[in-house]
Amino acid sequence: MSENSEKQIDAATGTELNTHEWDGIQELNTPLPRWWLWTFYATIIFSLGYVVVYPAIPLMDSATAGTFGWSSRGDLKKEVAAAEATRASTNKAIAQMPIEQLAASPELMRAAVEGGRAAFKVNCVQCHGSGAAGSKGYPNLNDDDWLWSGDLAGIHTTLVNGIRQPGDDATRVSQMPAFGRDQMLTAAQVEDVVSYVRLVSRQEPASASAQRGTKLYADNCAACHGANAEGNRDVGAPNLADPIWLYGGDRAALTETVTNARQGVMPAWGQRLDPVTVKMLAAYVHSLGGGEQAKR
Amino acid sequence: MSSHVNRTGKAGGLYARRPDIFPRAVDGFYRRLKWAIMAVTLAIYYVTPWLRWERGVYAPDQAVLVDLANRRFYFFAIEIWPHEFYYVAGLLVMAGIGLFLLTATVGRAWCGYACPQTVWTDLFLHIERLIDGDRNAQIKLRKAPLGPSKIVKRTAKHSAWLLVGTLTGGAWIFYFADAPTLLRELFSGRAATVAYSTIAILTATTYIFGGWMREQVCIYMCPWPRIQGAMLDERSLIVTYKEWRGEPRTRGLKRAVDRVEVGDEAGDCIDCNACVAVCPTGIDIRNGPQIGCITCALCIDACDDVMARIARPRGLIDYATFEDCDVERKGGAPVPVRRTILRSRTFLYFGLWAAVGLGMIVSLGARTRLDLSVAQERNPLFVQLSDGSVRNAYTIKVRNMETRPRTVRISIEGLSGGAIWDSLSDEGSARPSLTVQVGPDQVARRRIYVRASRSGPAAQDFTFGLTALDDQGGADRDAARFDRPETVE
Repeated sequence: MSENSEKQIDAATGTELNTHEWDGIQELNTPLPRWWLWTFYATIIFSLGYVVVYPAIPLMDSATAGTFGWSSRGDLKKEVAAAEATRASTNKAIAQMPIEQLAASPELMRAAVEGGRAAFKVNCVQCHGSGAAGSKGYPNLNDDDWLWSGDLAGIHTTLVNGIRQPGDDATRVSQMPAFGRDQMLTAAQVEDVVSYVRLVSRQEPASASAQRGTKLYADNCAACHGANAEGNRDVGAPNLADPIWLYGGDRAALTETVTNARQGVMPAWGQRLDPVTVKMLAAYVHSLGGGEQAKR
Repeated sequence: MSSHVNRTGKAGGLYARRPDIFPRAVDGFYRRLKWAIMAVTLAIYYVTPWLRWERGVYAPDQAVLVDLANRRFYFFAIEIWPHEFYYVAGLLVMAGIGLFLLTATVGRAWCGYACPQTVWTDLFLHIERLIDGDRNAQIKLRKAPLGPSKIVKRTAKHSAWLLVGTLTGGAWIFYFADAPTLLRELFSGRAATVAYSTIAILTATTYIFGGWMREQVCIYMCPWPRIQGAMLDERSLIVTYKEWRGEPRTRGLKRAVDRVEVGDEAGDCIDCNACVAVCPTGIDIRNGPQIGCITCALCIDACDDVMARIARPRGLIDYATFEDCDVERKGGAPVPVRRTILRSRTFLYFGLWAAVGLGMIVSLGARTRLDLSVAQERNPLFVQLSDGSVRNAYTIKVRNMETRPRTVRISIEGLSGGAIWDSLSDEGSARPSLTVQVGPDQVARRRIYVRASRSGPAAQDFTFGLTALDDQGGADRDAARFDRPETVE
């Protein structure tokens, strides 16, 4: 390697050889280009600058801040603030617009539906499912069967005041009696009523039991569920003649319902979410396919 | 290949400094060809963004525009949407096959004439010559101590290089925005930060690669010379020193003339080093094919000039194939260039290249500018309605790729009794078809509900149809599936 060592030249390539020898093998001396070295130094200098400018060195419970105080969290905050700023005027317009008139403005409606979609994912999917298809005891919000109301204002009221929420005077309350548990009907009579309900919902053919149930239904159930079992939204009484069942339409489920009654609850979201978000949720639920137009 | 490095390598050092290369100016056929190609390629690069193309009120009037913000690519009459990116893939395939074709036919012609690194390096070399003088003056200046004249010349050279770099970087960004608007914004300081930083980065890379790195980019950084061997064959044209004609070399012009006069055996090469002096990558072509040779053929021009002066036939260094070399070495006549170019391999490459091109042209001509795509909502897959029917939901996208607003009708076929409505209205408006407005050059997205009878297969195939309701017409369709609950009983 030193200058005074004798140079050896490889005959085949004309390239200088290194002076080391391993088992008779000598290495050609082909140095890397020097710019390569400079590039390497440049990366080191860059990395030093990077460490100074950006958060880099971990400390016990934080990290060095960097000269400009940049952080990805700060970036996020800025982006969130910017997004909120762009939405501010739309949100204000939605806040000022009565829910009934929201549908008249396609722009606002679209914004509300998208906002509602996001809010639904946070607040509602736990019970109603990510596709709003519900499950036993939690209504499917996609269908056109509504216990209380299917228009924008009705859905909005349900959202604001909840179902059976104590402390909210305007909350939706329906009180189905526990006919079996409270001994208003005997077990046999419950069976007969169930037979009748399954007859009108076309799940079972006519039978003697259903025949007996006809009178029992008229005496005990028709006041709320209607003479033709079509339900009554004013009191949240479900339509018993359609094929949609919140708790199941089979004998066991219906027997349980008539015997012990069902008392599902939903929070009064007006107490938990801001008014704009609740309006957006109403618009989103209305858009899921079952939304109705307000009756005039 | 190692010969290049060896010449530069300082004994014992781990890192070799770049040897100074001062290519001498040369004139000749290939030099003029290089000028012409350089002029054309640079003109294309700098002028293209300024060409206008009338597309109507709703689309930009720039002939070639990569509109990243709106995800559109305009190329004269052709407009590419993101989902049509396969056209760009097709162009890349064509570029790849084209490179194979070119290399198999005329060797590294891309490297020698059209590669941006070559073009800009050539430009930088020329600027250097204008300021510092030709090879000898440059060498003298390099050795001269730093004085006022050297400072002035160095400042002028680097300023000119930086100016070219800035113009290069500046031209690039015009492809991505409306050029006249962007130019005004650039000078008034209102252009986007990314525009300035792109100019800065491209200025730096052009200056460093064209001014400082030059042939090192080709030798150390570029992958192309390394896969060259697979592309070349014995019938590809490459720059060759015909050693059977040149050797033994005579040292100097006078001795050559003397020898020729006495009829002594002497090779045509007079070892004048002209071929080495003009080489922009600093190699000696007489050492045979090597990685440093970009086949720019300037050594051919230089050698032909010398051959003319010593009254020998031109072509001691020339484009030749390996096959020609063998034939000529044995005293035969080389195969005509026409036959080296027209052969099965080049035909095959050309056929592939043309097939991809033709396919793209046909597909461009046949493509509709209205497109419908349907995606079924899977959560929930179906909804039971209170009247006993079943409802499915779909997200449809109507792409209007023309630069005018259009009205289309969406209908369903193959689903008897089916009715559709969109999420902005309600079930009461359910009809067999639906009218959708699509803005110019836009996509309309709609969530659509389809209601059909409960009875039927659990999964039924049907079709969404799209019909344009204006004079021009146009239609598209997309297959979809209607799902129903499984019958329990």
